Amino acid sequence: MSSEALTYPIEPAKAASPGDNYLTNGFSLKSWLLTHDHKRIAILYLISISVFFVIGGLAASLVRLELITPEGDLLAHETYNKMFTVHGVVMVFFFLVPSIPAVLGNFLVPLMIGARDLAFPRINLLSWYVFIVGGLFTLVVALTGGIDTGWTFYTPYSSMFSNTYVAMAAVGVFITGFSSILTGLNFIVTIHKMRAPGLTWFRLPLFVWGQYATSLIMILGTPVLASTVALVAVERVFRIGVFDPALGGDPILFQHLFWFYSHPAVYIMILPAMGVISELISAFSRRPVFGYHFIALSSIAIAALSFLVWGHHLFVSGQSPYAGLVFSVLSFLVAVPSAIKTFNWTATLYKSSISWDTPMIYAMGFMGLFLIGGLTGLYLAAIAIDIHVTDTYFVVAHFHYIMVGGAVMGYLGGMHYWWPKISGRMYPEGWAKISAVLIFAGFNLTFFPQFIVGYWGMPRRYHTYAPEFQVLNVMSTAGASILGVAYAFPVFYFLWSLKYGEKAPANPWGATGLEWQVPSPPPTVNFEEVPVVTEEPYQYPLLEPERV
Amino acid sequence: MLLSLLPIPEQASTQSVAIDTLFLVFTALVVFFTVLVSVVLTIFAIKYTRGSKADRSNPLDGSLKLEITWSVIPLVLAIGAFSWASYVYFDLVHPPADSMEVTVVGRQWMWKIQHPTGQREINELHVPVGRPVKLTMTSQDVIHSFFIPAFRVKQDVVPGTYSQLWFEATKPGTYHLFCAEYCGTEHSRMIGSVVAMEPQDYEKWLQAGSTNESMVQAGERLFRDKGCSGCHAGNSSVRAPLLNGISGGPVPLDDGTVVPADDLYLRDSILLPKKQVAAGFKPIMPTFQGQLSEEELFQLIAYIKTLE
Repeated sequence: MSSEALTYPIEPAKAASPGDNYLTNGFSLKSWLLTHDHKRIAILYLISISVFFVIGGLAASLVRLELITPEGDLLAHETYNKMFTVHGVVMVFFFLVPSIPAVLGNFLVPLMIGARDLAFPRINLLSWYVFIVGGLFTLVVALTGGIDTGWTFYTPYSSMFSNTYVAMAAVGVFITGFSSILTGLNFIVTIHKMRAPGLTWFRLPLFVWGQYATSLIMILGTPVLASTVALVAVERVFRIGVFDPALGGDPILFQHLFWFYSHPAVYIMILPAMGVISELISAFSRRPVFGYHFIALSSIAIAALSFLVWGHHLFVSGQSPYAGLVFSVLSFLVAVPSAIKTFNWTATLYKSSISWDTPMIYAMGFMGLFLIGGLTGLYLAAIAIDIHVTDTYFVVAHFHYIMVGGAVMGYLGGMHYWWPKISGRMYPEGWAKISAVLIFAGFNLTFFPQFIVGYWGMPRRYHTYAPEFQVLNVMSTAGASILGVAYAFPVFYFLWSLKYGEKAPANPWGATGLEWQVPSPPPTVNFEEVPVVTEEPYQYPLLEPERV
Repeated sequence: MLLSLLPIPEQASTQSVAIDTLFLVFTALVVFFTVLVSVVLTIFAIKYTRGSKADRSNPLDGSLKLEITWSVIPLVLAIGAFSWASYVYFDLVHPPADSMEVTVVGRQWMWKIQHPTGQREINELHVPVGRPVKLTMTSQDVIHSFFIPAFRVKQDVVPGTYSQLWFEATKPGTYHLFCAEYCGTEHSRMIGSVVAMEPQDYEKWLQAGSTNESMVQAGERLFRDKGCSGCHAGNSSVRAPLLNGISGGPVPLDDGTVVPADDLYLRDSILLPKKQVAAGFKPIMPTFQGQLSEEELFQLIAYIKTLE
């Protein structure tokens, strides 16, 4: 990349005194709410999505508590339906989709590519405000009566039959979509135009490749979701027939449009997590990522394939069997780039030197859960098996292994790895390890039984269920209790560490990457001087060949 | 009790064996890869923990041979699994020609079922074992899904159109019937049972059920009462297509295309007569939207299909 393209949209730094950093650059509320600093915006996102995570988690707790018994003895039907809807809508649109991109991506992309900010700092702040406005709409809906359509908003139930605040929730999701689009746009432009001299595409950290692939999906897919939920609201409010056959519409059309975004959305959640895992495995094994090019390009392959597989959500909808076959084979193909990543991560550990810090434990946890989540996707790609297991707990288990086992493990692993950089403090390693192990155990106890109860035939979104499913449901709820407690740990010890944590050096893990070459926490301008990159990523010093 | 700990639920249809076999083979594949990666990870994790004594000379940063190996093997396995699964699927997708036909109407939150001989049931479906049964289904309101886990069959039931599902029960018994597509407040109460009976028991059950008229007889009555026969009978003065022998055959349309006269075509012709106009006729038929219930439509269609 030529150096004349390196123009930075922010003013030169004020003379920085030692110890000056982005956290000490103003303490007023205004200095946070009107900041253009990508690092501060990342913190704003961190706080907002943590609040949403708690809301989504509370809704999930009520769902799991209700399911301890087959009868509906804790909640009314309506309340139960509203709880799983709030859980789904909040977790998908207000936690998982923004989690790694908007928090870690916002914080790290400029630091990793040697830039002083994202390409459009004001748009970055705008995207946070848009997110908050969309979130407030949804929260108002949740608090004033709720919505009971499920996060999938299937028509004509959502457009013509539900008596809840569907239109308002649709507006909330619609608005939030623009936040994703703006963030994606910002990342793409930034990664294209603002890489430091010498930082060629194939010298980029794999985290940045993951963010790039994710951003592509965000800007290509989100507009479709936004128009789809807008159409639901239009049909609901103005009775203009789009999806309801009674008005001349087609209910299956909604499913095509919805999954055209929402299947790729799963990759919006998992691709950034895969990027995090590449960074963690390399840093804690002291080895360059094995097959760098293959991991980088497999992210792009997954992003491309993600747009061609939506029809596997419609195998029992009455879609033509021939269309079903095409979607089936394309879905099977997603296994290839996923396998490439898994095998390359495994091979990275060969002749490495592994230190078992918390982020590495999360990385290993991710590998195990992603393996199960990914491989169980094969059952769902096979139409003959999918007919039996679709809309059962088998599907619920599968996508939680990917979206929680994969995406959330990646997010937490990344939060621990970069916490010293973000906060300038070390987290308490002992507590962190305990909670990582508890999360892994609790997760499996929660979701593994759901594969079995799903194959037995328990449909999802059931408030009451047949008595023979109870044992497995009790196991699930027990697991969820462990998971709930384990998720609370990091909230407390991260906050604790802000005051009592050991001060973090610039590079506590001895990792490569430009973000570790600036002080922790980084100065507002990130780099006093624009760094020049002269080598491939992950160039750890050769290990001592310790011969046996 | 021990059996219930196995992940395989009761198998009670011809489909269930084929699908479970596929499921078990997939499971073997999943277990193989999970164990393979876990074992290799564990070995590396132990052997290469920092400070351990292990040979770390000549490390590898990448290898085209390995990349090709672990791309091609999953690719071949994926295509193989896809082919087999699709073969099983296509074997199951078309109902046998001699299937017994039953109609299902879903609504919030119940299943309404009618047998060809006229018997009606709600949230229960009685069927004989050893005979293929084909369900033609529609919904009065939102999308539902007809799911019989013990038969491994499921099909969405969509308003405004017909969907089909077929099975052949192999074992007498009472099995769960679930609505699998979320359909509102009492979705989890939209349940019932499928009772598979020996053929002679099924006959007895049919005879015990009170019924005034078969579906075809009811359809014939509607054909007269609703005025269909005024135009579509041989002695009519209005120029409308005769419906004798129409069922299943090709219908040329005035836009030059030819469509098969299946159940959905007949339904659309009654409710949306301007959608597909038969070649050579004027679009003068009024719509019957709102004048016929889903059950009555099924009866009319059953009658029209008997016209020869």
